[in-house]
Amino acid sequence: MKLTLKVWRQKNNKAAGQFETYNVEANEHMSFLEMMDVLNEQLIEEKKEPVSFEHDCREGICGTCNMVINGQAHGPQKGTTTCQLHMRHFKEGDTITVEPWRATAFPVIKDLVVDRSSFDRIIQAGGFISVNTGQAVDGNAIPIEKDIALKAFDAATCIGCGACVSACPNGSAMLFTSAKVSHLGLLPQGEVEHSRRVLNMVAQMDKEGFGMCSNVGACSAECPKEISLENIARMNREYFKAVLTSDLK
Amino acid sequence: MSWITNFLTSSIGRKLLMSLTGLFLILFLIVHLAGNFQLLKNDGGQAFNEYTVFMTTSPLIKVISYGNYLFILLHAVLGITIWLKNRKTKGKTSAVASKNEDVTWASKNMALLGILIFAFLMLHMGDFWLKMKLNQTNMIDYGTGPIKDLYENVYNSYSQWWIVIAYLVGLTALSYHLWHGFASAFQTLGLNHRKYTPIIQFVGKAFAILVPLGFAIIPLYFKLFIVD
Ligand code: HEM
Ligand code: SF4
Ligand code: FES
Repeated sequence: MKLTLKVWRQKNNKAAGQFETYNVEANEHMSFLEMMDVLNEQLIEEKKEPVSFEHDCREGICGTCNMVINGQAHGPQKGTTTCQLHMRHFKEGDTITVEPWRATAFPVIKDLVVDRSSFDRIIQAGGFISVNTGQAVDGNAIPIEKDIALKAFDAATCIGCGACVSACPNGSAMLFTSAKVSHLGLLPQGEVEHSRRVLNMVAQMDKEGFGMCSNVGACSAECPKEISLENIARMNREYFKAVLTSDLK
Repeated sequence: MSWITNFLTSSIGRKLLMSLTGLFLILFLIVHLAGNFQLLKNDGGQAFNEYTVFMTTSPLIKVISYGNYLFILLHAVLGITIWLKNRKTKGKTSAVASKNEDVTWASKNMALLGILIFAFLMLHMGDFWLKMKLNQTNMIDYGTGPIKDLYENVYNSYSQWWIVIAYLVGLTALSYHLWHGFASAFQTLGLNHRKYTPIIQFVGKAFAILVPLGFAIIPLYFKLFIVD
């Protein structure tokens, strides 16, 4: 299939950046990243600078293959990362626009690669639990109700890609942060630091300059793991509870 | 900073204030509409005028109405600052608009809708509240002493097409604002539950249609059936 690509090219963080148009020949069995590989091989042969984009696992679990494809984070297929998106979802002759994540807290490093270290700092602020090292504990030593375990697991599937922030018209990181708060806070293992965690992670999220949630829902709709808005509500009420009832300031 | 200012200036704290003031305004809309329905009685305005005496003299209503002005201003000022901040944190938007069908137009345009509602409120307050305060109202006597004939003010306003149309525009904006805002306020409060959220969403949509419609009936009824 013949495609026209409009790809965002930006030399570095300071440069303005603009779209460049390329023609590529792909086939419908390729993943979107494989199609981008074809483009880069072509550019290298023409002695041009290849398009920088991040990728690692190519199986939907690392959260690096981040692109806005035709205005949608990770492209048109629901619940799918760019690496798992196949070209059969496009048609011969299509023009496809490819951009980096769009949010001030994710500055572009080069072309489609953005700096997501703001997410790392949110995790460092409280996205962990304290456990004793040594003998591994029996997996079933602490009974957890199935429903709660499933909710925690659903939240834990967040791969930290940042699509939610890019999809959000406000550039808010509430879906990501709430997924992390929920996945640890729902379980007894995460109970110990729970109040501290929600306070510190929200404070860090605000400090990094993410926007405020208007409950638009674009985050959840474009999230490759379909993380639910229930998590945002949970984080809000846990935040209120921590502020109003704990001794932490 | 004390924990209170920290809380109320955090992203979630600011949204809490939006949600609580918004919910208060929703309650106010119900009371306001219930009172206004007396304009539809065919009694030349007696029920309405007697009701306004109570509304303008009761100390309780005074406190509530000043609270109401404060909350509208707080809601509007906070809403606009949140919107400005969010535009900065978003920065560049993508060149192609997302075709996502799960996202409502209203949810992305709350500030625009709010500004429209605010403009409408200015017109509305100038037309009734200011005229009443400036004593541009005639008196009428139903046998219990002279009282202000606010019904006449309503009649005069709603005999002009441009005012009726401005009301319809303002109420349409309110309807869209509530289409998203009603359920959103509960989500902000952390009330999202698999059993209750579908009910809240249903009630919110019904409210967003029926309440502005209820308000819209009054100027339309005046213009079409009483004046002409
Ligand atoms: C009677 C009039 C009004 C009612 C009943 C009302 C109600 C609401 C409600 C319930 C919300 C949802 C709060 C949340 O998501 O937590 C909301 C949000 C909002 N309102 Fe209003 N509102 C009114 C007037 C206004 C005015 C006059 C403005 C601005 C000039 C305004 C600006 C906003 C904005 C910007 C938001 C979105 C905030 C956000 O989610 O980021 N509203 N409103
Ligand atoms: S919530 Fe979804 S979109 Fe956001 S970082 Fe996690 S996986 Fe990515
Ligand atoms: S490359 Fe790892 S999720 Fe796509």
